[in-house]
Amino acid sequence: MDLAHTPQEEEFRARLRRWLAEVLPALPSKPPPDDWPARRAYDLGWQRRLHDAGYADVHWDASPTTRLIFLEETERAGAPYVGAGFVGLLHAGPTIAAEGTAAQRARWLPPILRGEEVWCQGFSEPDAGSDLAALRTRARRDGDDYVVSGSKIWTSHAEVADWCELLVRTDPDAPRHRGISWLAMPMDAPGITVRPLRTLAGSAEFAEVFLDEVRVPVANRVGEENDGWRVTMVTLSFERGTAFVGEVVACRRVLGELAARARENGRWDDAALRRRLGRLNAEFRALWRLTQWNVGEAGSTGGVPGAAGSLFKLRYSHARQELYDTAADVLGPESLDLDRPWVLDRLSSLSYTIAAGTSQIQHNIVAERLLGLPKGR
Amino acid sequence: MRLQPTGDQMALRDGTRALLARRFGPRALRAAVREPGRLDRALWRALGDAGFFALRLPEAGGGVGLGLPEAVLVFEEAGRALLPGPLVATHLAAGRVPGAATGETVVTDVGGCGLVEWLARADVVRGDAAGAEPLRSADPLTPLHRAPAAVEADPAAVLLTAAEQLGSATRLCELAVQHARTREQFGRPIGTFQAVQHLCAGMLVRTQTARAAVHAAAVTADPADIHTARLLADEAAVRGARDCLQVHGGMGFTWEFEIHLHLKRTWVRTYRAGPATQSEEFLAADLLAGTP
Repeated sequence: MDLAHTPQEEEFRARLRRWLAEVLPALPSKPPPDDWPARRAYDLGWQRRLHDAGYADVHWDASPTTRLIFLEETERAGAPYVGAGFVGLLHAGPTIAAEGTAAQRARWLPPILRGEEVWCQGFSEPDAGSDLAALRTRARRDGDDYVVSGSKIWTSHAEVADWCELLVRTDPDAPRHRGISWLAMPMDAPGITVRPLRTLAGSAEFAEVFLDEVRVPVANRVGEENDGWRVTMVTLSFERGTAFVGEVVACRRVLGELAARARENGRWDDAALRRRLGRLNAEFRALWRLTQWNVGEAGSTGGVPGAAGSLFKLRYSHARQELYDTAADVLGPESLDLDRPWVLDRLSSLSYTIAAGTSQIQHNIVAERLLGLPKGR
Repeated sequence: MRLQPTGDQMALRDGTRALLARRFGPRALRAAVREPGRLDRALWRALGDAGFFALRLPEAGGGVGLGLPEAVLVFEEAGRALLPGPLVATHLAAGRVPGAATGETVVTDVGGCGLVEWLARADVVRGDAAGAEPLRSADPLTPLHRAPAAVEADPAAVLLTAAEQLGSATRLCELAVQHARTREQFGRPIGTFQAVQHLCAGMLVRTQTARAAVHAAAVTADPADIHTARLLADEAAVRGARDCLQVHGGMGFTWEFEIHLHLKRTWVRTYRAGPATQSEEFLAADLLAGTP
């Protein structure tokens, strides 16, 4: 039981801190949220800088503790988050690294790490959400190509992506989980139509993607044909295990700002509100400890965190919503003004108990995989 | 960085669990409930021999020379086993009150809300218990007095109490899962129903989060970490008792089953560290200190 870092880890932190202090002041200002090409350029530019400074593959190759330090320090310094690089760096990239051939790794990984190519995710479908294995997008073999038809939904960054990690049904007669394959689909292929979807927060954060006889080379399949479900599970556990580290640090900063704001506007004198803020402080401190706990586990087992990530996500997504509901309590009627800080965050926090597996599905995973309860109905 | 116990620490925890299974198993628990107010002095001395009270005293002074991380694991076992008596007060008195370290002297104290546990059976009372009035205690295994003057609880007492809560939370989650796996209704184990699964999953989420907070606080001994551990462990234990009872249905509502003993003990422990609002206020003020 200890929280000590090795001299190498401390050295990594110090070097990173010096570098961030050097480069961040010269960084251009963030583009407006609805300017997608500018957002793409900004996010890729940041990844390029990380690459050139030697931090390109920190999400993959570093030890879990080093990755934790990286996410902690970059968030603390106010550095940009992965943004448009999310799927490439945290989904598709790790999947290709784990399951791809040497040629596939050589083709796709360097451009992700250099900040040259953006990936999006084509998993969910209108009729396959929580029940992802019900997906129906069909891939028919035709010579050296698959011919893909169907539709995908909730695809972030689809408008500016170069590649899509796509789940398709390659064997409609096999049991559901055994007829799925994982393809890398070039987004400029003929037959792809992207229709942006507006979220309840007002912005077009994701899109619907329609596929009409899109030809994808068989060489773009990662893993064996019909083994895509297993390949995908590698990606999903990666997402739940490490994707929120920076956000927990950010939430703790927001909490401090909220307290300061409450003091300014007099809400601090309300004992009930003050205690709610105190409880949230406990909550996010504990979530940080839980993160450290999971990192310690990953460090000793060498594996990507699996069901433990579900446990973390359940608690975190709920805490994030409570944080921004409390922000509204601090702001009072100002919480109806979309130009105030935290108001849009409150709206987008509502996606956290749905995206990347709903809280209900996460409860099932915790019950079945961590508690060993029989498969539910 | 690793918040999980080391091999030595796990051996200590297993040893404590084995000792408590031998000396305070299900039969001893039932006997204790039948004779409320009796404190088993022989068991107390056995705990003393095992180093339960002298755990954090330096080896030069006859102690075991271990720290808060080890103490937290040992107290988690005490909480899990529902071990009765003013364990935390005696542990804290070791090295200060003669005989406390060896288990010969039973020490109680005035808690954060003015509650005094086991006053009539203790040899020594720390704090001002003058004018303390007896309560008809809700917990059959913790006789209670209420003193007019409350004192601020020692941070170590707050943390060790959180560790006991964690022990209850862990045990309650296990009991609920065991029952959900074996109890059949509608022709199948009730653990196949999502409504029941989600109750159990929620218990584990709260318990694991509390565990991370308790272990971290044991490492840092930082006051904000200790208050955090306390709030999280109280929540995991108190709500865990509720949900465990719910999963057991009518059986959970009976006197025979151990759930109500955990439920009532978790309630007692929530007051030992002082009102929860104190911890909340501390952590609210901590936000303004600019430390997050």
